[in-house]
Amino acid sequence: MRIELDQVMNWIAPRSRVLDLGCGDGSLLRKLADTRQVEGYGLEIDPQQIAACIARGVNVIQQDLDRGLGNFADNSFDTVVMTQAIQTMHFPHRVLAEMLRVGRECIVTFPNFGHWKARWHLSLRGRMPVSDLLPYEWYDTPNIHFCTFRDFEVLCRGLDLNVLHRQVVAERRVGRLLKDWHPNLFGETAIYHLAANGVSQ
Amino acid sequence: MGLVSPQTLRCEQPLALASGRQLPAYELVFETYGQLNAGKSNAVLICHALSGSHHAAGYYSADDPKPGWWDHYIGPGKPIDTNHFFVVSPNNIGGCHGSTGPRSINPASGRPWGADFPALRVRDWVETQRFLADHLGIAQWAAVIGASLGGMQAMRWSLEYPDRLRHCVVIASAMKLTAQNIAFNETARQAILSDPDFHAGSYMAHDTYPKKGLSVARMIGHITYLSDDGMGQKFGRELRSGTFARGTDEPVEFEVESYLRYQGDVFSRQFDANTYMLMTRALDYFDLAREYGHDPVTAFSHARCRFLVLSFTTDWRFSPARSREIVDALIGANRAVSYAEIDSSFGHDAFLIPNARYRQLFHRYMLNAAGEAP
Repeated sequence: MRIELDQVMNWIAPRSRVLDLGCGDGSLLRKLADTRQVEGYGLEIDPQQIAACIARGVNVIQQDLDRGLGNFADNSFDTVVMTQAIQTMHFPHRVLAEMLRVGRECIVTFPNFGHWKARWHLSLRGRMPVSDLLPYEWYDTPNIHFCTFRDFEVLCRGLDLNVLHRQVVAERRVGRLLKDWHPNLFGETAIYHLAANGVSQ
Repeated sequence: MGLVSPQTLRCEQPLALASGRQLPAYELVFETYGQLNAGKSNAVLICHALSGSHHAAGYYSADDPKPGWWDHYIGPGKPIDTNHFFVVSPNNIGGCHGSTGPRSINPASGRPWGADFPALRVRDWVETQRFLADHLGIAQWAAVIGASLGGMQAMRWSLEYPDRLRHCVVIASAMKLTAQNIAFNETARQAILSDPDFHAGSYMAHDTYPKKGLSVARMIGHITYLSDDGMGQKFGRELRSGTFARGTDEPVEFEVESYLRYQGDVFSRQFDANTYMLMTRALDYFDLAREYGHDPVTAFSHARCRFLVLSFTTDWRFSPARSREIVDALIGANRAVSYAEIDSSFGHDAFLIPNARYRQLFHRYMLNAAGEAP
């Protein structure tokens, strides 16, 4: 998670305006404010996470992302970030489109369901994958729209999105060695930096 | 908070009101809790709502049965923590708890103002609170805090004196009332006006008061401050007296009827009808963005402070949607704001009632505000 957030931060310009969707305890926004003078807001729905944000002095708005971003104006943020939450959305493709309406760019991170462990769980054990990365049973998981890296690439093409950067992260040693050789099998987390087409860095 | 006592500040300079009229002089009754620090940077202003007063916390005597109206939230270890803050809580002019209002003597006539007391707007209260701040030597409030009508005053502060507050806490409030909300106020006013004892507002000269009218006004208001669920939980269809048994013709009284009548009765004895008229009109007339081309984003672009906005799920008088409008305008104006919608079954009254999440968020926000240098 830490490597992932460091990468996200690298793609956010100093003194820019950021909207963090599903901002959790606000640590990303806090760090961005402290190290890059980035201003912004986090949207969150979990009461304990909201309390953590407020304790950190991070601007947090209680808002259900599944009800859209209709209250945010077009292009009102430089970057819209969503870390580890797109797979919990009812309509991930609409969320992506909304992120790029509200922001000039967006950064999305998500777990890779094509990781070899997930494949092994399903193909050999015949059970839905449960791991330390995806610790939920199928019936209580908030992750309702899993995808693989390859699936996400297909969606980006379908939505005509411009992939500015992509990065694959693996926290464990084997994954770190093999992720570049076969990201869709060994990468644990994907980080995508996107813009609507016609926008380039 | 322990024992507290009110103080009085007299202003001899005439106050030019938003209505164009002048108040020749006025008195402000207020209470303070906690200690003002040497830099005078830890002061917090409490703005009260329609029926509130300066008595926000603590008790007047050892056998005082009831503490101030916001005692759950003001005091040592409470969200507005008097270990950190010097809390200033005035009674608004036009009120009936000691500050100059319709019951005060009009120096021009030598008789009580009554209905002749000038109409007030929220900004007039902000002016008197600014006078109080100057008197106390407070150049900048650590926070201005208000719920409902109090939230309107807090927001007005952020626009009128942007450099004189660091935080603005707006609870269960709105940038302007909806037609439905104004309608409830007008119905309450008509209840008062239709009471023959009102005497066009000069009931004091007739040595009486519109007990029935004010009581019904309060009953109407009270219903709208509670929620359907909350009333269901508290009263259900329980009977105060009588029975529905077959063969009996006894008069039946529901608990909720008896409760509302009791509330109306108590209120009518403690509150002033002219104040009620004046306060509800101030609520109706308030429109934060009116002078900013009716654009709330433009309005809030004048603010400099950070904001905390809170609402309650079952509040239908000042619904979460109204708070969301405040938040959206603040985001549009690029102001620092946090917002939470607190689960409660207590409707609009929830801002007064103990609630673990409300208390936690409010406390954490205020601790941050206390920790930072001015």
